[in-house]
Formats: sequence, structure tokens, C-alpha cells
Amino acid sequence: MQQVPCPWCGKRAEVEFRYAGDAGVKRPERMADDKTWAQYLHARKNAKGPAKELWIHTAGCGRWFVLSRDTLTHEVTGSEPMA
Amino acid sequence: MNSAKKRYSGWSLLREGIGGQQGWSKAWADRDPAGRYDVVVIGGGGHGLATAYYLARTHGISRVAVIEKGWIGGGNTGRNTTIIRSNYFYPESAALYDLSVGLYEGLSRELNYNIMFSQRGMIEIAHSEAEFEMMHRGANAMRVNGIDIEIIDRDGIFQLAPLLNRDLNVRWPVMGGTIQRRAGVARHDAVAWGYARAADSLGIHIIQNCEVTGFDISHGRVVAIETSRGRIVADRFGMAVAGHSSVLAGMAGFTLPLQSYTLQAMVSEPIKPCLDVVASSNSHGAYVSQSDKGELVMGGGLDRCPSYAQRGNFPVTQSVIAPLLEMFPSFATLKLMRQWGGIVDTSPDNSPIIGPSPVEGLYLNCGWGTGGFKAIPAGGTLFAHILATGRHHPISTPFDLSRFESGALIDEAHAGVAH
Repeated sequence: MQQVPCPWCGKRAEVEFRYAGDAGVKRPERMADDKTWAQYLHARKNAKGPAKELWIHTAGCGRWFVLSRDTLTHEVTGSEPMA
Repeated sequence: MNSAKKRYSGWSLLREGIGGQQGWSKAWADRDPAGRYDVVVIGGGGHGLATAYYLARTHGISRVAVIEKGWIGGGNTGRNTTIIRSNYFYPESAALYDLSVGLYEGLSRELNYNIMFSQRGMIEIAHSEAEFEMMHRGANAMRVNGIDIEIIDRDGIFQLAPLLNRDLNVRWPVMGGTIQRRAGVARHDAVAWGYARAADSLGIHIIQNCEVTGFDISHGRVVAIETSRGRIVADRFGMAVAGHSSVLAGMAGFTLPLQSYTLQAMVSEPIKPCLDVVASSNSHGAYVSQSDKGELVMGGGLDRCPSYAQRGNFPVTQSVIAPLLEMFPSFATLKLMRQWGGIVDTSPDNSPIIGPSPVEGLYLNCGWGTGGFKAIPAGGTLFAHILATGRHHPISTPFDLSRFESGALIDEAHAGVAH
């Protein structure tokens, strides 16, 4: 089983975590137009290769963090607290 | 079908059997790219090959190329669990998937290629009174939409699948279920090869080992694509590349509401016939059928995080196998023979995206997620219509990319039915 590094708990089994979307997505202004909201809600980077992702340590400390992971090789290159 | 290609028949089998199988001609030609086509279909899976076939057969457009980065049918078309069904919740989905089941019913004859469509029925099992109630709701909605679905009580389910666990003292006891009798399984490779052979007969070029490396976009319109085998010009381009849709969209300068995941499947060692329906459980998140070779073909949910790796990860393999062994305790003695994964393009509402892209001249057939195989004939029919006419077909209209902006989602993801 793959080990995922939590910034607070260290390396833990992947089943303790949940993937939670692209990192660095900015919520639009309340009165932004439909196109902007659609982009925010539904569009995904869906990168093939290196990606910055949000993960949650659901079965551990419960905190969110940013995981740097390659979606082709599954190699994890780093994790850091959310900015 | 052009006369140069021999028709397959009982007679041709007999003749070739006597003649030592020396007289068979190639089913389709492996072409080099010409510089220019009317339409180029990117992606030589079931959807791409079917699209090319219907472009020629229905719309008379045969200056068409299907380009494939690997070999035809080597992606999700060759990696799925071959289930064909139309038991979806919303009217838009019912129209789409039932068009597909109907076309599959006549496909072996139409293509002169045996796709081995076995309409053995698919049961969906309920494990609590509450779930059975919700299943009634779903089944009634499907019947209103014209889908052949029947509600089956607990005893009826055991008659259909006698090896199911009868114990009431388990996590998910069998309480009842539904069956779609027209649902079933087919030979997945044969669907790709059958469409390829029929398309080739109508003059379509099938080009393998040809990967798109870029789009030539001029004044907001795609005029050509760059590929690993040179530049190809066409009036219209259609992409049917499943899990790699976002990668191609990125080359063309837009993003899609898609996330690519690995969906894995696995088979047991072959055994004698013991299961003659497709058995599925939403609560367990797993399903199983028996192939003609006797292997139990098993599948379940998506892997845990986005991936382009084309291999399944172990926690999800366990989450498929463990519940199946509770459903069918006698399967515990079997060995797992093979396990594999395909990259599926999931959309937010678990419905496909068909229609124009944000770039003129480039059209989308994507977002089929976990259920693309069952939709191949419909996807091909609708995509060919759009590529030939530049306009939506009435059945494809609701599946336009614009629904994510208008909010008119076709939310099969939360309809409480299998998808």
C-alpha cells in the first residue's frame, strides 16, 4: 500500500486519506458571471504528470494539505500545509 | 460492404475449414496518413471507429481518418467489463443508452461480424427495505422512460442467481432487486474490430501509432493537427479519447469538466457455468458476470485519486473482491487470474459530453466515465451526426458542454442508480 506523507502525522497508509481536488483554485466573487462560476465549479486541470492536489487526512488528524504528486507514476514529491 | 472483402458466413467458415484457413483476407488495412481528409476522428477505440463507420454509412462521408496513438481497441474498449444496459434514471439518459442497446441488438448482422451480444439480463440487488423502496422509485422512473425493467422479490433474485448468499445475518443481505432482461455482455474486442472492418470497407483510413502532438489553430478554428506521423488537414476534427480528453483539450487551449481516474477490473480463473446473469450491487459497489470462457469478470468503483497510470491500486482491488465474496461465498475458493485498469474521464454529473468544443472545427465525445462501452453504437451515431452536419442530434442536445454553465445537468451521479 502506498504511503502518503501528512505534514503533521508523517507517512501514513493511503486509505487514511481522501483526495479533494485541485490545489490553488480561487473562489470567484459573489457576482461573477455564469461562465466564471462554471469554470470554478466544474473545470479541472486534470494534469497528466506532476500535479498539486488537495488531500484530507480523514482517518487521521483531519487536516487538509497540498500534495505534490505525479498522476502518471503516482510518485509523491512533497506535501505542505495549505497556504 | 464492398465486394473485395469476403462476407463472413457459415458457408465461408466451412469452406475455409476444409481449405486449411488459407483464404481469409485481412479484416481491415493499416494505413499511412494522407495529408487531407474531410473529417479526422482522434481516437481508435469503439467510439472513434463507430463514428467513422456511421459518417460513411449514414452520411456518405468517407474521406475520413481514424487516428490512434496505440493500436485500435487497446484503451478502454479492450479494458472494460463488457456490460451493455440502459437502466438509467433520467429521460435524456434513457433515450441515449436505449438507442445504444437497440443498435447493439442488430450490430452483429449490420457489421457482418459476430460481437457475441448475449442478452442474459442484469440484476441489481437491494440489501435493505429502504434500498428496495428507492429501487422501486428508480425502476418506475425507468419504466416511464420506456426501459424494460422489472422488480424482483428476494426469492426471484435467488432463482436468477442461485449462488447468491441467502444468509440474512450479514452486512448486506439480499432483499430483492430489479432486472433489465435486454441487458447483457458482448465481446468487446469484436465491437472495435467489427466497426473497423466495416468502416475500412467503406473507404475509411484507420491509422495506428499516430499520436496527436498539437493543434494548428487559426482565427479560433482548428485547421490541422500535428501528429507523430506528420501534419493532417481536415474540415472537422472529432476527439473520442476518453481518459486523455483533458490532455488534448489542453493542447487546443481549453479545459474540460473532466477528471481522469483509473477504473480497474479483474477476472478469476475459468470455471464451469455458474452465473448466467450480470449481478450488481450498489451497496457493495461491485458487480460480476461470467465470460464465455468461464472466467468471472469483476469490477467496482473508481480508484481513490486521479490517475493516468492504467493500473489499479490494491485498496480498491480489495474493496471489489471482499464484498463479492460476501455476495457469492463459494467464489472464495477461486484464484484471481488477471487484474488491469483503464483511464476513464469522469464528468461532474456522470453523463457524457457530446458536441462542439470551445474551438471551432473541433468536436467532443467524452465524459463517458465508467460507462463508455455500453454506449459505443449511440456515441458513434450521434457524433457522426454532429461531425457531418455541424448540428446536434435531438438525443445529443442535452449532453452539450454548455450544460455546466446553464446548470442543466443530467445528474446520474446522484440518481441512486448504477452508472
